[in-house]
Amino acid sequence: MRVELSSKRLRSDFVKKIAELSGQNLYLCYQCGKCSAGCPMGFAMDILPNQIMRLVQLGLEEDIANSKTVWLCASCLTCTVRCPRGVDLSRVMEALRLLTLRKNKNYVEPSKMPPETVADLPQIALVSGFRKLTS
Amino acid sequence: MNNKPFIKRALVIGGGIAGIQAVLDIADGGYEVILVERSPSIGGHMIQYAEVFPTLDCPQCIMTPKMVEIAQHPNIKLMTYAEVQKLNGSAGNFEVEILQKARKVDVKKCTGCGTCWQKCPEKVSSEFNAGMAKRTAVYIPFPQAVPAKPVIDTEHCRYIHYQQYMAGKREGKKPPECRICEKLCPVGAIDWEQHDEIVKEKVGAIVVATGFDLMPVSRIPEYADDPDVLNGIQFERLLSPGGPTAGVVIRPSDGKTPKEVVFISCCGSRDPEHGVPYCSRVCCMYLAKQALLYKHAVPDGQAYVFYIDIRSTGKGYEEFIQRVVEDGVLYLRGKVSRVFREGDKLRVYGADTLSGKRVEIAADLVVLGMAVMPSDGTKELLIKLGIAFDEAGFVAESHAKFRPLETNVPGIFVAGMAQGAKDIPDSVAQGSGAAGRVLTLFAQSASADKALAVV
Amino acid sequence: MDLAYYPGCTLKTRAKNFETSALAAMSALGINLVELPRWNCCGTVYSLAEDDLIHHVAAVRNLIRVKEQGKNKVVTLCAFCYNTLKRANLVMKDSPDKRYAINIFMDEEPDYYGEVETAHLLQVLRDDVGWEKIAGRVKHPLKDLKIVGYYGCTLLRPQSVAIDSVERPTILQDLLKALGGTAVDFPFATECCGAFQIVNNRDIITERTAAILGSAAKSGAEALAVSCPLCEYNLRQTQSSTKQPQSGVPVMPALYFTQLMALAFGLDLAVCGFEENSPETRAWLKNKGLIS
Repeated sequence: MRVELSSKRLRSDFVKKIAELSGQNLYLCYQCGKCSAGCPMGFAMDILPNQIMRLVQLGLEEDIANSKTVWLCASCLTCTVRCPRGVDLSRVMEALRLLTLRKNKNYVEPSKMPPETVADLPQIALVSGFRKLTS
Repeated sequence: MNNKPFIKRALVIGGGIAGIQAVLDIADGGYEVILVERSPSIGGHMIQYAEVFPTLDCPQCIMTPKMVEIAQHPNIKLMTYAEVQKLNGSAGNFEVEILQKARKVDVKKCTGCGTCWQKCPEKVSSEFNAGMAKRTAVYIPFPQAVPAKPVIDTEHCRYIHYQQYMAGKREGKKPPECRICEKLCPVGAIDWEQHDEIVKEKVGAIVVATGFDLMPVSRIPEYADDPDVLNGIQFERLLSPGGPTAGVVIRPSDGKTPKEVVFISCCGSRDPEHGVPYCSRVCCMYLAKQALLYKHAVPDGQAYVFYIDIRSTGKGYEEFIQRVVEDGVLYLRGKVSRVFREGDKLRVYGADTLSGKRVEIAADLVVLGMAVMPSDGTKELLIKLGIAFDEAGFVAESHAKFRPLETNVPGIFVAGMAQGAKDIPDSVAQGSGAAGRVLTLFAQSASADKALAVV
Repeated sequence: MDLAYYPGCTLKTRAKNFETSALAAMSALGINLVELPRWNCCGTVYSLAEDDLIHHVAAVRNLIRVKEQGKNKVVTLCAFCYNTLKRANLVMKDSPDKRYAINIFMDEEPDYYGEVETAHLLQVLRDDVGWEKIAGRVKHPLKDLKIVGYYGCTLLRPQSVAIDSVERPTILQDLLKALGGTAVDFPFATECCGAFQIVNNRDIITERTAAILGSAAKSGAEALAVSCPLCEYNLRQTQSSTKQPQSGVPVMPALYFTQLMALAFGLDLAVCGFEENSPETRAWLKNKGLIS
């Protein structure tokens, strides 16, 4: 299927929001793929980090929404410190997560987690996990 | 206009291929010219290469005649192991102070027989071989060196250490007195009393051709500090028939034949965060050439080239890249994130953005296409000469389009990598171009006002 | 010497051994880590969204607590707390607009301009104490113990808060050497363990920690020195939930660097709290001849 590109799509609210929330110039990315090459979570991702950057540039919000990738990002900042263009991809990932979370949608439902798991996990895991994956 | 006569004599700083071309053109144009080179021989980086793209010429073969011509040309005064220290005056009347470093060898007596450098017991890393081999403390950098007369590296010479120790200027264990070179020299050319001297020269025009150095690999620390991770020049030495392995490609860590070799483009180039923002312009081509030469040397080996964009805009260059790809070198469109040692292999984490795959290679050898930068010390020299330079330290030409070889100082021109990243043909063209500007200046110097107006 | 100390939540609950060993080891070096009389959770993760200032408030409040004590430096042990406090402080120091908004929001607090330096204990050990002094305090060198320093993410990234070289840190190895151990370099020292993905996706943690443990074992290490309670948990969790040796996941204790200090200093084993690492840790140490 072809994707129709237009100025409308390239300058959509989605693209603007991601740029604003992340504070990043999305057009710095020249698709070298170094982020994907080194991403420790990359093995589990259906769309690679550099592809996320490209999809954002193209305004293809639905493709990102249908992917698990942004939820697998662990904010480890490996991509951030190695990016030749100084793009803080961890912030772009956060912005993409917030688009969902701010609609009051949780990615992880704390109430559905097994109580023994919750009891076993240290605070550091619970607080960071809920900060990243719940609204 | 001042009344001093316009001196029709030139100075070229830097004996790489751009400077060599400039010197020869000025000399052939009928004017005297001094060539100052800071290392013990002219030849620059080009003489280090195995073969050059896209024609696969052997640089030693095509450069040596030019180098020898310089040594013999009646119009050329060659000063190696020398550095420009000070400049006064203006176009037509420059006064230059050149530091002639002590060779500790009387070049008039020395026949270049080689006894001293064959017998010297002190071994140190060879600059010419980019650290891939050792040289002695008394040495010529490479067999085709011009001049073919050695220098004593006073930083490493045992007898110099001994003298310093005896004078109380050196700590630790007493070094041996050595003096083997002196004892064995058949013509008594070793001259311990030779000291650095300042030579003053008057010239009318100057060409700066100070060339480049590679960015240190340590600027990209995620690509491992490892004996099997080489920069481009180190790999050239491994490929070179005149190199430390006579062109046999080995894995430096254990001498085995590398079967999986990874080449990485844009190491520090196009990377304003960790390196430089510009494209180094030569890496795409030389990495392709090295991959091809590697295939010739190890036919059952596999070469991989990681690239972001292939820049092959010179004449015959794109055809060359296509040939390399057709010959089975695998091009992967993406950057490498990490290289690290795992047992006797180097693990390479890369990406192939065309397939959308993360890729991993267990490599025997990794070659980094490190960014080119103005040669070490360029900035200090340019400040001495009063020449403007850009953020990266390259000479700022006075007009990017119409005065590409002129600096902000009338009478001083630029050629080669000193002006910016470029390949050999462009460096040679600029060397000739700068020489042409000098010759024009000299031809017009009868009416110096007019001449300077166009400089 | 007294240093203001911010413990954070996990050190009071699931990583008590990190705290008790640190307090004892530092005291042996003549440094009292004085816990802030009042503190709150730092927020655990630094907020990465431009408009999300509210999540910096928790961290900033703690820094104001430090200032109230008349101190301009606070020490942390937990790598997450270090990162969050340090980054929040950079916002207050370097972003006038955000600082203004946060100060206005915290109406009841005095205005804060980023005056408090957040230091990780490893930095204090390297920069203020020095390896020599630490080595001088060692009673039972960790000799023959081959150990890797596992840094994880938050001590080193981003660059602006890195306690050492981002790509090639040595601070943990330097400490281990000072303690008389054999510090082994390994390529996964700065690779992420999967962090908070543990709440949602244990498979990811298993994959990551198995790779880290495997790499450490391949490099010849017998244990890991860590500074992050989440790394410690994830590494331990994988070892206890996968069936060795079938899983191929090496068994290897992940110990807080402060536990190793206390051990090498010959302090009371009670402060080390090895039983909290895993039931087998004491036996393992005994087997190594490190405790009797």
